Amino acid sequence: MSVNEGKELRIIGFLCNWCSYAGADTAGVGRFAQPTDLRIVRLPCTGRINPLFIVRAFMNGADGVLVSGCHPRDCHYSEGNFYARRRLEVLKALLPVIGVDPGRFEYTWVSASEGQRWRSVVTSFTEQVHALGPMPSFKSGTSLDMCLCQMDQTQVL
Amino acid sequence: MNIGVFVCHCGSNIAGTVDTEAVAKTALTFREVVFATDTMYACSEPGQAGIVDAIKTYDLDGVVVASCTPRMHEATFRRTLERAGLNKYMFEMANIREHVSWIGKDKEANTRKAEELVHMAVEKLRRNDYLEAGEFDINKRVMVIGGGVAGIQAALDCADGGLEVILVEREPSIGGKMSKLDKTFPTVDCSSCILGPKMVDVAQHPNITMYTLSEIESVKGFVGNFDVTVRRKAAYVDWDTCTGCGECTTKCPSKKTPDRFNEFIGQTTAINIPFPQAIPKKASINAEACLKLTKDKCGACAKICPTEAIRFDQQDELVNEQVGAIIAATGYDLFDFTKYGEYGGGRYPDVITSMQYERLLSASGPTEGHIKRPSDGAEPKDIVFIQCVGSRDKSIGRPYCSGFCCMYTAKQTILTKDHMPDSQSYVFYMDIRAPGKNYDEFTRRAMEEYGARYIRGRVSAIQPKNGRYLVKGADTLLGEQVEIEADLIVLAVGAEAAKGANELAEKLRISYDPYGFFMEGHPKLKPVETNTAGIYLAGSCQGPKDIPSSVAQGDAAAAKVLALFSKDKLASDPQVSNVKLVRCIGCGKCESVCPFGAIEMIDFRGMPKASVVETVCQGCGVCTAACPQGAIQLSHFTDNQILAEVNTLCL
Repeated sequence: MSVNEGKELRIIGFLCNWCSYAGADTAGVGRFAQPTDLRIVRLPCTGRINPLFIVRAFMNGADGVLVSGCHPRDCHYSEGNFYARRRLEVLKALLPVIGVDPGRFEYTWVSASEGQRWRSVVTSFTEQVHALGPMPSFKSGTSLDMCLCQMDQTQVL
Repeated sequence: MNIGVFVCHCGSNIAGTVDTEAVAKTALTFREVVFATDTMYACSEPGQAGIVDAIKTYDLDGVVVASCTPRMHEATFRRTLERAGLNKYMFEMANIREHVSWIGKDKEANTRKAEELVHMAVEKLRRNDYLEAGEFDINKRVMVIGGGVAGIQAALDCADGGLEVILVEREPSIGGKMSKLDKTFPTVDCSSCILGPKMVDVAQHPNITMYTLSEIESVKGFVGNFDVTVRRKAAYVDWDTCTGCGECTTKCPSKKTPDRFNEFIGQTTAINIPFPQAIPKKASINAEACLKLTKDKCGACAKICPTEAIRFDQQDELVNEQVGAIIAATGYDLFDFTKYGEYGGGRYPDVITSMQYERLLSASGPTEGHIKRPSDGAEPKDIVFIQCVGSRDKSIGRPYCSGFCCMYTAKQTILTKDHMPDSQSYVFYMDIRAPGKNYDEFTRRAMEEYGARYIRGRVSAIQPKNGRYLVKGADTLLGEQVEIEADLIVLAVGAEAAKGANELAEKLRISYDPYGFFMEGHPKLKPVETNTAGIYLAGSCQGPKDIPSSVAQGDAAAAKVLALFSKDKLASDPQVSNVKLVRCIGCGKCESVCPFGAIEMIDFRGMPKASVVETVCQGCGVCTAACPQGAIQLSHFTDNQILAEVNTLCL
């Protein structure tokens, strides 16, 4: 991975197609300047997110992970974001156990019209991750590594 | 696999802050990329021809286009691939415009980011599969929610086009805000004379079923096959037998019931027909005001009704309707004028809203068209109009322009002069916004021909003074304070999202903006579509609109529905979940989490297994994340594909 002379950190965004990805588009159309660290993975719904994707991202060296979906009750698929919220709450509690600072992970809701809000979410989250600095690397045998082994056994990789 | 990468300049939109040539060069180093180039406008005719040529020349199996958002042109490029004989799902897009070039000026960082996004797209594409769309039947009935002028227009167009239409209206009568207006700008047409015949057409059209006094309870299903439950609220009158004779309203003793239709400046009876031209012309009982329903006394209406239509024990009724498309035309509500304390709305009886004034002007209104002050019934002489009440004001969360207030205020000054030739109108305004056909001429007429005095500035206070009101304001053109003694003050209240709009949007699974107006699919190119297939918008529910625009949007939404229904079957999206039977342990987790009931448990050689009903699956992927075995995978967004993207970024 080419981490950009220390200026940028590796931040991954998992965005639902209908609200937050569109909100990020709205921010772009409005030319709302944002930090360049974030790389966005587009998904149909935050309900598609397996929390292990996020663990995997941290394991592989991501410095921060941001998830954003439709506001509760405004999900394109009715209730996908409710599933996401439960799963990600559990993940949040798990992160310190596996040695990841919970400040490196956040989930939020941004609608398709909220370009301004998207800008402020990205900006503040990027600042938050920069304040924590790069992710310390993991050696094999740590709890995070074991977690990944577990995942390899259960997921089709 | 042979992958081709096309990096779009989008003129200078992308190339201005991203080194597109460098991105294309780097892309050549990615695995299985055999061809990469930058191109001026990938979506243009020559741009697409270039992609088709490259597919043939380099024998490409998949294509990555790095350009704008896939929400814009994914469909365009998928068609390009089909033209070149490729499966259209062998395509990925890297969004290097909205997510890169437009949000940062650092060319180096942008270029690196663009390269990585292209790399992600390539890695995902390497794991894409050929997908084939199936077909499913559509129910060619349409539901129109909201019976204002936009909904009426949409319903009539659809019905004329041969579709069966269900029109649902919350109030007892269709007609919406337009039915409350006296005249319309800029022609000063009588509003009910032009709307009335359309309302009658709706009532008489054989293809239209009307549910008034009804609201949407729930919406299930998807384009082509929605299942809507409508709550028909109790009118306490059997509308099948009610003839609308109005006999009951003459005998009802509760004569001081607040009159919703007349914006609460008049009073009506507990059992009433909202206005003479109401469609359907049926009586309904206001349960809060009726003596029988509140105190179990009276029952005069039941005694007098010649058709014995009164039903005090009537309950709400739930009706199920299956439709293939839904048009939301729920309109707007008026700003609550009490939010500005300085104008005294709600405190001073003679400070009224523009809609209340409209009812005073109307011959069918509570004063039969004679302008009378609510306080003492006297005819006002000096009338002050204050514009932008609830528009263009950040401090109250209404930064937008409601668009039609300048025009209706001008109309009201003209009508005032017509009604009372010796009256004088004063208008406090911020700017005159009259950008329609004959609109500016109309405001000019109000000033020049009808002598309305326009004062550019805001009002700071209104104080009662000897039975009149002292209006204190600023004239910013003359740079001085002005004080006007007025008999009546009319506040030009702006439009805001209709009450309950958010809840309806959530039922329809469409988006709404921070003010509660429904979001169109694209602000320019999809003005009546929503992001949810099969749901369309008409009129002010999408944003404040005047009558011509609402009618035009009603027409447009109807055209969209007719186009959708011109096919007998719709192509299903093949991006649905699939079960690998060998991995499935039949735990049923996917079945329990699916929001659409698209998964059923089947018996496979004596073992329970999950099975996806492809036409019902909407492709959210909630099941995929729930499966402990990774056995159910959402096509096009499989675990492998998403992890490939994550790994590309991190490793």
